[in-house]
Amino acid sequence: MSETPEVRPPVVTPVRVIIALCLVAPFVAMLWVGSYAKTDPTFIGIPFFYWYQMLWVLISTVLTMIAYKLWQRDQRGRKGANGGAAK
Amino acid sequence: MNDGVNGVALGVFIFFFLAVTVMGFLAARWRRAENEHSLDEWGLGGRSFGTWITWFLLGGDLYTAYTFVAVPAAIYAAGAAGFFAVPYTILVYPLIFTFLPRLWSVSHRHGYVTTSDFVRGRFGSKGLSLAVAVTGILATMPYIALQLVGIQAVLDVMGVGGGEDTNWFVKDLPLLIAFGVLAAYTYSSGLRAPALIAFVKDTLIYIVIAVAIIYIPIKLGGFDDIFAKAGEAFNQVNPVTEKPRGAIAPPEAGQWTYATLALGSALALFMYPHSITATLSSKSREVIRRNTTILPLYSLMLGLLALLGFMAIAAGVKVTNGQLAIPQLFEDMFPDWFAGVAFAAIGIGALVPAAIMSIAAANLFTRNIYKDFLKPDATAEQETRVSKLVSLLVKVGALVFVLTMDKTVAINFQLLGGIWILQTFPALVGGLFTRWFHRWALLAGWAVGMVYGTAAAYGIASPTQKHFGGNAKEIPGIGEIGYIGLTAFVLNVLVTVVLTVVLKALKAPEGLDETKPEDYTADAGDPGVEVELPPATAGAGH
Repeated sequence: MSETPEVRPPVVTPVRVIIALCLVAPFVAMLWVGSYAKTDPTFIGIPFFYWYQMLWVLISTVLTMIAYKLWQRDQRGRKGANGGAAK
Repeated sequence: MNDGVNGVALGVFIFFFLAVTVMGFLAARWRRAENEHSLDEWGLGGRSFGTWITWFLLGGDLYTAYTFVAVPAAIYAAGAAGFFAVPYTILVYPLIFTFLPRLWSVSHRHGYVTTSDFVRGRFGSKGLSLAVAVTGILATMPYIALQLVGIQAVLDVMGVGGGEDTNWFVKDLPLLIAFGVLAAYTYSSGLRAPALIAFVKDTLIYIVIAVAIIYIPIKLGGFDDIFAKAGEAFNQVNPVTEKPRGAIAPPEAGQWTYATLALGSALALFMYPHSITATLSSKSREVIRRNTTILPLYSLMLGLLALLGFMAIAAGVKVTNGQLAIPQLFEDMFPDWFAGVAFAAIGIGALVPAAIMSIAAANLFTRNIYKDFLKPDATAEQETRVSKLVSLLVKVGALVFVLTMDKTVAINFQLLGGIWILQTFPALVGGLFTRWFHRWALLAGWAVGMVYGTAAAYGIASPTQKHFGGNAKEIPGIGEIGYIGLTAFVLNVLVTVVLTVVLKALKAPEGLDETKPEDYTADAGDPGVEVELPPATAGAGH
């Protein structure tokens, strides 16, 4: 647990903004259907529409993972600051 | 279709079915706790599941036999529009990441077993809690019925049961046996049974998908050929509707529908009682967040599975009932023994969610109708007994549903179920983040959403049916075609917000909130968080 000052940290921090962006990005990408509703370029014969969305499964996984790691660090920092029961 | 019984496939199917039945009964002894007569124990597996078991349980829960049959079937029928399941499951995880850990924490502080428990505690309103409970049960029943439709499709293709000329008893006997077995082990083992069987189910499904996605394209001459053939098939104009059958990429007009369906379904998924049951059974809030990073593996699988719909077209599978397309593709393409493995995967894939769903519906009934309204002084033991009985009743109800009614009715209800369950979102997720909404406003918003959604769905005709012919309709004020559930949800939120402002101005009684802000962030190990099992056994979940 890192030593952090006693003052209560602000609710919105740069780290939390990054977390929010990671979580919002898939919504923007997936709901903007016009950006990927086409067949070319194909990948091993699979039209763009399909492989692009499947690629986003992987991208969103990575983004959620980043969000998770950042959130864990954020929480650990806060628990340390409050002197609470950090795991 | 019924060109004789496929003996080898049937043998393999029965082998796997027997294996999971034995597992189901043995599950009662798995990680057993001291107090086995509490609802926590039977209905939430002692709230002790770690990351991996939760992952299997949630996966077993959300990706059901019906999904495996219906998603490729939708692609087979209409092309791109059916692929919305993939963006839908992508969007689910950021959502879970945001709100489920809060639900976990508050539920563990206050011993909530269902979403209605939380709503009652948060808003101090039995009426609102009842609305959430009834919606949950109504939406879950047809979902269970559809699992049976999944098993039936498999049995049909194997040549047992489905024939029109046999009498009803012989025809439905295999299904009756499958369901009797399911009912018996859910009754005796509770949530532990599906959790254990989910391992087998997922292993089988991953093997089948991996083989199918490599083996079938090779046999069919690669994806280029598959999509070329599918494209031709979709371009053919249907003589009845005078429109092409479908498209490889959605046309401009279909894009709103695609996006609203994906978003609406994603919002609805974790309102279903069975997803909440699987979540609350995990042993810490970290388990949930960690799970959102590994659950997308299932989405990838779903995407690959969806492509099977195109393969069925390219392979020349011709079925009038789209639900049979994938089982038929397996039968045509695979050697008999492997077709048996594939069918077992679908069949067991139906049992796991059906068990979890019936447990979830039973929990709702017991906690929020039986205990709140009928017998407030019920002991933990009585609660568990009622839950077990209700889980049986729910399954029998689903069985009657499937055997007596037309299958399209089940599918219609499932469609309605999705629209309905989404209307509980404001009360649940709204309640997790703020107490600003007024309980009566939430109830009114819910009612408006339910009525609009049901009426709108009723009014949609399709070439084959007069009512409930689809789930998309023109969005009032925008003019694009969109998912009814999402439109109803927006209406719901509008009504809730406006009425909240009005009721606050009138100083209507707010109701008692029994939760405190710090309840929403509590984790295992914090004071007041119930830990059911001694650490030695609980640690086995990692």
